[in-house]
Amino acid sequence: MAPVLVLVAIVVVAGLWLVGMYNRLVALKNQTQNGWRQIDVQLKRRHDLIPNLVNTVKGAMEFEKGTLTAVMEARAKAMGAAGPADASRKEGELSQALGRLLAVAENYPQLKSNENVKMLQEELSGTENKIGFARQFYNDIATKFNIARETFPTNLFANMFGFAPAELFQIQDAADRQVPTVDLSMSKS
Amino acid sequence: MAAFIAIFLIVGLGIDVFVIGDAQSYLPIATIAALAIGGGRAWWSFKYGDRAVLGSADAQPLEDRIREAATEDDRLRYRQFQNVVEEMAIAAGVPTPRAYVIPDNDPNAFATGPDPAHASIAATDGLIRSLNREELQGVVAHEMGHIRNLDIRLMMVVAALVGAIVLLADWSTRAMRFGGTRRMRRSGKGGGAAVVVFLAVWLVAAVLAPIIGRLLALAVSRRREYLADATGAELTRNPMALANALEKIEDAVEPTPAIKRGTAHLCIADPLGKRIGERESFWANVWATHPPMARRIAALKEMAFGSAAAGS
Repeated sequence: MAPVLVLVAIVVVAGLWLVGMYNRLVALKNQTQNGWRQIDVQLKRRHDLIPNLVNTVKGAMEFEKGTLTAVMEARAKAMGAAGPADASRKEGELSQALGRLLAVAENYPQLKSNENVKMLQEELSGTENKIGFARQFYNDIATKFNIARETFPTNLFANMFGFAPAELFQIQDAADRQVPTVDLSMSKS
Repeated sequence: MAAFIAIFLIVGLGIDVFVIGDAQSYLPIATIAALAIGGGRAWWSFKYGDRAVLGSADAQPLEDRIREAATEDDRLRYRQFQNVVEEMAIAAGVPTPRAYVIPDNDPNAFATGPDPAHASIAATDGLIRSLNREELQGVVAHEMGHIRNLDIRLMMVVAALVGAIVLLADWSTRAMRFGGTRRMRRSGKGGGAAVVVFLAVWLVAAVLAPIIGRLLALAVSRRREYLADATGAELTRNPMALANALEKIEDAVEPTPAIKRGTAHLCIADPLGKRIGERESFWANVWATHPPMARRIAALKEMAFGSAAAGS
């Protein structure tokens, strides 16, 4: 009688452990997907903010038409991107165009003292920060999921249950790693 | 935590065995009653504690401050604070907490709320005005760390246990005074040496328990502060920012009168104004809710130089 009971106990405990492990993987997988979507939320927020910024500075920065149109074009391209790899590259180009615009705006003292512009700059740099932190969080939670997936003994069952490894967000284009060059000369561009 | 539970059980079961003790019934009535009362108080402060804490500090919602800001500069700073809170919530993967401002010129901040979905962060005017954006981000990241690590809930449980221990100790000493000795003598005859030893341990524990309980609670609070510092550095990936913020906060010596005694353990710096950092003796440290500022800053700088050395 006793050995049968022990066997039953072992099976029950193993079953409970399996259930716990599966649920944990499900929770992490969903959090990872949520993290990915959060990045899109922040990217869209940036798309919505840009026209406002460009309009506010347009009046004072007449000589910077080139920089301003570069921003609007990059934005349009980013909004029309096809697929995550393409979107990632176009968003990177938009970040660079914005960086150039914000740096050039330093040349205009009347802009620097304009409170509306300062508020908009704060909103824009806040949005850049949020995009960065959303990516950071996505990588953190994807790493947690991958660790949970690959640790023994969970790794024996993970593939069986269909948990594919999560891809970390990385820079696709080598060009993105370069610090954007900023031309601060007063030439009309 | 184990020490807590041990003390609690010693005092509680002691009462049940020696004061109420009946060989027939095995139900530890006093222990259960103390747990129930302690638990009830904890549940109440869990659900409504955050409103009480924010109310006692005169905290104003951040949206009101942004709307009624006196100068554009102020409005910009409040807006920065709002953005920083949202950024750190994204980095931590928690819903954005409600933000409040406390009208006090001394820099300090705290987080409260029963769980990450219903959390609040409050900062004083002094903090928002004296830190730059990076340092403010570090402080908010530290508070977000408290929220994400469920420290507030942990401290509520700890406070409930301390409350229950104090209750039990109180009942024990009362029982000893008002003639619980009859049962004690009876059970002393019945159980022999082991019972006598347990009786002695119980008497000592009943007297010392409230003090030991509070010291343990403070030790837990200090450990969680170090953890929140580390989580803050992890969220921003910028430990130096928090280290600089802590240095600035420490330099502003005055106590924060707006934050009352009961919420001291929730803040980023001790609001009661004790210069614990200067007196690093053992006794000064065990009664503190926060670790000495110098050690916190050193730990953060180590993180910063450690990662710099690894990267270079």
